[in-house]
Amino acid sequence: MAKAENSKFENRATEAAGHETWPLWEVFIRSARGLSHVHAGSLHAPDATMAVRNARDLYTRRMEGVSVWVVPSAEVTASDPDAKGAYFESAQGKEYRHASYYTKSEGVKHL
Amino acid sequence: MTVSEPRTPHAVSAVTDAGEGTDEERALFESVIADDKRIEPRDWMPSAYRRTLVRQMSQHAHSEIIGMQPEANWITRAPSLKRKAILMAKVQDEAGHGLYLYSATETLGTGRDVLNDQLIQGKARYSSIFNYPAPTWADMGAIGWLVDGAAIVNQVPLCRASFGPYARAMVRICKEESFHQRQGFEILLELMQGTQAQQEMAQDAVNRWFAPSLMMFGPPDAESTNSAQSMAWNIKRFSNDELRQRFVDMLVPQAEVLGITFPDPELAWNEERGHYDFGELDWDEFAEVLAGRGPCNAQRLQRRRDAHNDGAWVREAAAAYARKTAGRAVEGAAA
Repeated sequence: MAKAENSKFENRATEAAGHETWPLWEVFIRSARGLSHVHAGSLHAPDATMAVRNARDLYTRRMEGVSVWVVPSAEVTASDPDAKGAYFESAQGKEYRHASYYTKSEGVKHL
Repeated sequence: MTVSEPRTPHAVSAVTDAGEGTDEERALFESVIADDKRIEPRDWMPSAYRRTLVRQMSQHAHSEIIGMQPEANWITRAPSLKRKAILMAKVQDEAGHGLYLYSATETLGTGRDVLNDQLIQGKARYSSIFNYPAPTWADMGAIGWLVDGAAIVNQVPLCRASFGPYARAMVRICKEESFHQRQGFEILLELMQGTQAQQEMAQDAVNRWFAPSLMMFGPPDAESTNSAQSMAWNIKRFSNDELRQRFVDMLVPQAEVLGITFPDPELAWNEERGHYDFGELDWDEFAEVLAGRGPCNAQRLQRRRDAHNDGAWVREAAAAYARKTAGRAVEGAAA
């Protein structure tokens, strides 16, 4: 679990290479009441308010959503995609976690 | 066109009590309920609705957590490596279900630490079923088949509960429950194909779990105090007695496959009703167990309390490590 490298992330625009760079935000959209917010993509914005507004303009132009969440990208901690084999290894070979593993009760109703 | 926008971004978490609400807010709540849609954490909701959900969802979470105990007790004594692995997977699932439900409850503004304190101080309720002992291996079969079976009948309608985070947690839980019931049924099926002693052990376990599992649906409708309001709010979809009947109708053909009987002389098909009739349940016993005087109440709570206390050093160490690494990151950034 590698923390995103920019651990000194600040929630505002920063000076970099002579020009101002807006931080990156991850955007989550709820398409309808009752459903989860689902990751839609990301965008740059100078602050959270602008990020929500830009996310609305960028990701909900066709009524895709009824609610928007934004999270600073640098605040997302992710597992290492290159290590996914070993990282998720413990769930492998455990077919008994699925109902389909239990075949002796095949045909019994409501099981 | 003007769009009203918040000056400061909204927080995602809920407020604990939003008061009476404006006419508009109350109208929105009523229309969401009337349209059978979902209330989300930041919507205005009546404080009684919030209280009802916190109570029901936290009781549900506590039941999952306490529910680990009767089965965890058998992990070291499971009759084969396969059965041990299955039982561990199942107990692990129950812990996960508890965590989904505590998180969903937290969106209502009540912290998990508060809920946990209520449980270990004996101020919170959990399903009375987990206060019964599991003395034999066949109990693992009976619990999976009857207790998880009843839980599924109860929980499937909750996937449509009006509070979004609860409904979504229940969808996840129901998907995972399906294996629990089947593995229990197979334990009993194997025992019923075994020696006479094994068959008797299976029958004995079913004899003990049958009535308590029927009581999992709660008191009869006439005595169920919270039911009417919960149904009006679309938290509950079917009455206790309806669900109990559905469960019995489901069980009887399954018992025939197993070759197992139920300890109820009044259990019989009623052609007129199109349902199985069954005998009166011992509601005095139910009240006693719920009041804390069941066979294992004290033991279950003490075990939970011990686990919490025994785990204190782990929580402290994790927090200390997080502080230390955060301190290093600041130093690294300054350097």
